[in-house]
Amino acid sequence: MISRQLAISAAVLAVAALCMGLFVWHMRGRATQTEYSAADARPVAPPAAGPTEPVTLYLADDATDSIRPLEIRIALPEGRQQRAEELLRALMIQYLGKDSTHSLGAGSEVRDVYLVDPGLVVIDLNQAFADSHQSGILVEELTVLSLIKTLSANIPGILQVKILVNGAERETLAGHADLADHYDVAAVDRLVAQMGASQAH
Amino acid sequence: MRWSNSRYYDFIFAASLVVIGMAGFTVFESFAAGPSVPPKQLTIYTTVANYSLPVAEYHGRDYVGLLELLEPLGTVNATVKGKQWNLRFNNVQAVFVQNSATAVVAGQSVRLDAPFALQNGRGAVSLNSLAALLPHFFNRQISWSPSSRRLIIGSVAVHFTAQIVRNNPPTLVMQFTSPVNPQVSTEPGKLLLKFTHEAVVAPGTAVLTFGNKDITSASYSETNGTAALTIAGEVPLFASFSNNGRTITVEPSAQAAMQMQTQAAQKLNSAAPGSPPLNAGTEPAAVLTGAQSYFVVIDAAHGGQERGAALSDQLGEKDVTLAIARRLRQELQERGITSFMLRDGDATLTFDQRAVMTNHIHPAMYICIHASSAGSGVNLYTSLLPPLQNNHGPFTSWSTAQAAFLPASQSLENSLTSALQQSHISVRELSAPLRPLNNLVVPGVAVEVAPSTSGVTADLAYPTYQELVASSLAVGIAEMRGHAPQGTP
Repeated sequence: MISRQLAISAAVLAVAALCMGLFVWHMRGRATQTEYSAADARPVAPPAAGPTEPVTLYLADDATDSIRPLEIRIALPEGRQQRAEELLRALMIQYLGKDSTHSLGAGSEVRDVYLVDPGLVVIDLNQAFADSHQSGILVEELTVLSLIKTLSANIPGILQVKILVNGAERETLAGHADLADHYDVAAVDRLVAQMGASQAH
Repeated sequence: MRWSNSRYYDFIFAASLVVIGMAGFTVFESFAAGPSVPPKQLTIYTTVANYSLPVAEYHGRDYVGLLELLEPLGTVNATVKGKQWNLRFNNVQAVFVQNSATAVVAGQSVRLDAPFALQNGRGAVSLNSLAALLPHFFNRQISWSPSSRRLIIGSVAVHFTAQIVRNNPPTLVMQFTSPVNPQVSTEPGKLLLKFTHEAVVAPGTAVLTFGNKDITSASYSETNGTAALTIAGEVPLFASFSNNGRTITVEPSAQAAMQMQTQAAQKLNSAAPGSPPLNAGTEPAAVLTGAQSYFVVIDAAHGGQERGAALSDQLGEKDVTLAIARRLRQELQERGITSFMLRDGDATLTFDQRAVMTNHIHPAMYICIHASSAGSGVNLYTSLLPPLQNNHGPFTSWSTAQAAFLPASQSLENSLTSALQQSHISVRELSAPLRPLNNLVVPGVAVEVAPSTSGVTADLAYPTYQELVASSLAVGIAEMRGHAPQGTP
């Protein structure tokens, strides 16, 4: 005959196994939720409504290691700062699309754009933008050039650009491209042209 | 209601079991949440390639995919017919049957240690079966270590000797039969050399004692596919490489620092203008002498806590940059050019530290090595400067210090381009917002090495490719000798 203690041990172990099973089931669900949230490429806010006008976005192209222009029509508000925000929003839509030629990490977003006279623009990227960005000199440089060139080509008077991450200074984008200093728009223009020229060769 | 004594004890017993169960579960959870254990792997060393494969657990035993093991070593073809798995490797035909511990290889019956596993058309054998199985596929000497999961096929084992050649200061010299490129790291009282790419094998005894009070012993160990040498010392130690990677010299770093300071006192008359003040720990480790006027600083980018780009699951940018930097140093040495590496181990250096050290030494040029899995060939970068800032009297602006040296940097870039092209390596010249280039008061170029063929990241770890890039860079650097621009801030 089975002793009473043995029966109780078996019952307790069965309950413990059941509890652990429920716990594992709970953890599994939580892990799935985490995966979903990590893969959540949150869409940027809808663009401004109203009549559209032509703009030129400068897209990074990983296949050719260059910056290529893309002419599109988008609705732009009146104010310079709002126009800058809309331009970068349109650029991000291009990058987060499935046919993007330059991969940005899931959840990458431009938080804010500030136009500070005379001629200084501050671009504030979100944390996911920098944390999930691919690491490498050229791939980081292409991202930075794309942001700067898109703004400077469509909004006259921009001379310098400063890039922040989550409202704070950061040393590099993903280990390479310097974010500690300001960018000289004229130098960026020359470099984009040089990239195009070397690609043409 | 009153409980009987028997029921009371039953209740106490059950409660105790619950408490013990909860305690056990808590301990389990704390272990599960602790540092992650690296996945099990099998490392194979051959004359053709060295590579690692993941090990899967199946019915409590370690298994490895047979196709994955053989593919890098020859022509493999496998077909499935019901439970039978037919494998052809070069000219050897083998037949395995699912869940059977007997296989037929080259017409001979081979007894496996555990049943053959077949899943989704891919066959796997237990690791302990390899010793019996592989001799039928290879007509070469096979050495298999089950405890460390290292498989050496052919005569590729790297042997070494270690001896103290000098007592004051103590110098431990280790001679290897083939070039090695271990990961070097330090812990208090230890210098660790981890060999992930070379088939280094144990010396006669696992622990070598030297009878020296500063460098006491060297212990050899193998685990999870890699070999490691732990050199114990009473003082901080550092390792340097020579003889094309065949010799590793271990010395107390204090001695090096003392030597460095003595030499520095002879040479360094003034620090670079505009440089931030030196910290105690960032003194340069080499200086110019009259006979070494053409002197190059090599900077292996990243290091320590900063891994750089993840080139693959197991290959970090910091390891590749260090390997190429060491090869470049060797190539320069063979051409009679003195160089100094800002890091020769797994050290963390800030951009400012790198710039300060370089400016302080004031070399003829600065070469920074990066690596990337994207694209192919080599990209060369000079500084993309921020908007120019005014210098204040003799003080140069830190963020645009490179401005006066940019033409010289571009000349250096051209020379490197020419040399790389002569080696049929595709090259692209660009500028980039890359520190510490902006802060240098010497000509400086960053070199980003990508695979020779786009997408083949493994190229970056191949010694032959690293050697080709390093020797080409050395040629370009040597070409600049004679008309090298000298930095005069």
